[in-house]
Amino acid sequence: MSTAATTHYPAAPATEVVESRTLCVLVDNEPGVLARVIGLFSGRGYNIDSLTVSETEHEKHLSRITIVTRGTPMVIEQIKNQLDRLVPVHRVVDLTTTGPALSRELAMVKVRGKGEHRMEALRLADAFRARVIDATNESFVFEITGASDKIESFINLMLPIGLVEVSRTGVVAIGRGPEGM
Amino acid sequence: MTEMTGAEMVIQALADQGVEHIFGYPGGAVLPIYDALFQQDKVNHILVRHEQGAVHAAEGYARSTGKVGTVLVTSGPGATNAVTGLTDALCDSIPLVVLTGQVPTHLIGNDAFQECDTVGITRPCTKYNYLVKTIADLPRALHEAFHIASSGRPGPVVVDIPKDIQFAKGTYSKPKEFQHRGYQPKLKGDLDKIKQAVELMAQAKRPLFYTGGGVVNSGRAASDLLRELVKLTGFPITSTLMGLGAFPAADKQWLGMLGMHGTWEANWAMHDCDLMICVGARFDDRITGRLDAFSPGSKKIHIDIDPSSINKNVKVDVPIVGDCAHVLEDMVRLWRASAATPDKKALAAWWGEIGVWRAKNSLAFRNSNEIIKPQYAIQRLYELTKDRDTYITTEVGQHQMWAAQFYHFQEPNRWMTSGGLGTMGYGLPASVGVQLAHPNSLVVDIAGEASVLMTMQEISTAVQYDLPVKIFILNNQYMGMVRQWQELLHGARYSHSYTEALPDFVKLAEAYHAHGIRCTHPGEIDDKIREMIDVKKPVLFDCVVDPAENCFPMIPSGRAHNEMLLGDASTRVEDAITEAGKVLV
Repeated sequence: MSTAATTHYPAAPATEVVESRTLCVLVDNEPGVLARVIGLFSGRGYNIDSLTVSETEHEKHLSRITIVTRGTPMVIEQIKNQLDRLVPVHRVVDLTTTGPALSRELAMVKVRGKGEHRMEALRLADAFRARVIDATNESFVFEITGASDKIESFINLMLPIGLVEVSRTGVVAIGRGPEGM
Repeated sequence: MTEMTGAEMVIQALADQGVEHIFGYPGGAVLPIYDALFQQDKVNHILVRHEQGAVHAAEGYARSTGKVGTVLVTSGPGATNAVTGLTDALCDSIPLVVLTGQVPTHLIGNDAFQECDTVGITRPCTKYNYLVKTIADLPRALHEAFHIASSGRPGPVVVDIPKDIQFAKGTYSKPKEFQHRGYQPKLKGDLDKIKQAVELMAQAKRPLFYTGGGVVNSGRAASDLLRELVKLTGFPITSTLMGLGAFPAADKQWLGMLGMHGTWEANWAMHDCDLMICVGARFDDRITGRLDAFSPGSKKIHIDIDPSSINKNVKVDVPIVGDCAHVLEDMVRLWRASAATPDKKALAAWWGEIGVWRAKNSLAFRNSNEIIKPQYAIQRLYELTKDRDTYITTEVGQHQMWAAQFYHFQEPNRWMTSGGLGTMGYGLPASVGVQLAHPNSLVVDIAGEASVLMTMQEISTAVQYDLPVKIFILNNQYMGMVRQWQELLHGARYSHSYTEALPDFVKLAEAYHAHGIRCTHPGEIDDKIREMIDVKKPVLFDCVVDPAENCFPMIPSGRAHNEMLLGDASTRVEDAITEAGKVLV
């Protein structure tokens, strides 16, 4: 007997196109608020590709969470509605659809090597506008900011040179133009 | 502003919120609150036998009154035992405030005795929860909890109060303002959308109202407005399990419940309609069956206070976010103002089709003179109680579906059942809460013998407080719905669905100082039900029924509404389950 006939649940829907979205979520900075947001994603099986959070308006105790997520259009709509109904959530803005937006990440990239490898690392860092923030005789730590794919290419280029370690902030994002969210 | 201890604040806040009864169970971490309870008479405490029972009792109280149900339990096991009830209340949108004791703040995180991460554990099964870490936050947390529980889409709220906060002194006042600026449920629906909906309704040829628990939760006005709109339009109406009673079952426009065990006419109307007007229901999987074959030819209007309910399972054409009563009021007004004239001829033809489906008599069953059929037992219960002021609760399983099919509700808030979570053991404690709220009414828990054993101990609570609840057990010795699925889908291999050692329910009743009745023959059922009603005590009614009976109609396993199975007593026997090839109509 097929599984469809032995369960009393409807079959899983056919796969649809999955989109990537960047969501900005304005929340009360209260204990447990991040757990609520993350718990929502894990509990309902949504994806988190990147998540950053920090208090952005200290006097109002408001934090801004930037989440990069993936899903079908129906799932994305669910994610936004489910986030919006959490009590400490003030606003949910989908930066991917509300107009042009900027998104950036910061990464620290540790590279180890000598001689020609060191020179090559510095040349590439220059091309990517990465800054040296620590150096020893056999290593550099570069600081690089930019869109995620730029950071991704930089890291890939450092790999054969002697990539040791990467620390990334995750994506922060903001809409272009004079209007706030 | 008054100086008092945290424990006194709890009592004061409950009194200020108009709480009359609180269900609870004491323990180390709530002793200061119990001490404060002891020294006052504003709030009446009901001692349950298990914390799950306290939450279900509060649910029964809330659902039958429309008020917030309240619970008080201790830390650790007190809180974890409440989790099933909290999840149940979240699934069915029942307003509850559950106060839990917690170990003193300096011990939190220390694995102290009877410590658990209550806010962590209950975060996914509450609408919101608080851990109160300073006495200054306590009054606000308590009052906000009531506001959040009862506004918008209702739900359970936990307030976790460490023991040192209960002892601490502070100033109490009822806050005037609500601090969560992000939480503002939308009550009024978008007028343009409502206009669009009314236009669609005026043009519809095969319309159908599909209503749910949201109408009941919205309050009495929503039920009245729904009745008015259904009358005005002349459209047929069906409802989910949760929405029964919002529209009277005696009305000609009522098609019965829809869904997995809904009527033939309700499910066929869902499948064949050209306009579905969903009011306060959520396209749950028990309702839709196979999603890609769900009502393929209809435009869909969806009214719901929770935006996340809209377009979750089924894409709708006209989403209206708002409270049912508010939106229905606008709909009635706009319908009247537009002087809409529905296509009478088309509607008559639609009712003609519905008449053919009705003639199928999909709830028919073969009655017996020898053995009590469970459907017959509920029919007799209905006939003998329908003219009384009656409230019905249920457990979960076959008996629950038969109760929904054969007990007919004319008014909202009369039907308390665990719909979303499907919690066996819900009905008995819920009946305790209902009876407490309605001391002079007849409260019957239509139960199964397996479910009722899960929370049987609460009959002791009923005895203690002289709450004459009637536990009407359809005893088929099986977990009937499990058995039915095993028969239909697992080759009749009845794996662990038979309870070999059941108690003698009559003796059990006596042991609890309640009244026991056993009924084994169809001929004696009326007299025994009358006895059950007349006894002014809690009653365990052991109604021994046919163990082989199955619940029909039934939409099997991922099928569509027009692929229902019927019992063999329905009008056309060729639709019976044994002739599998013919069920695909």
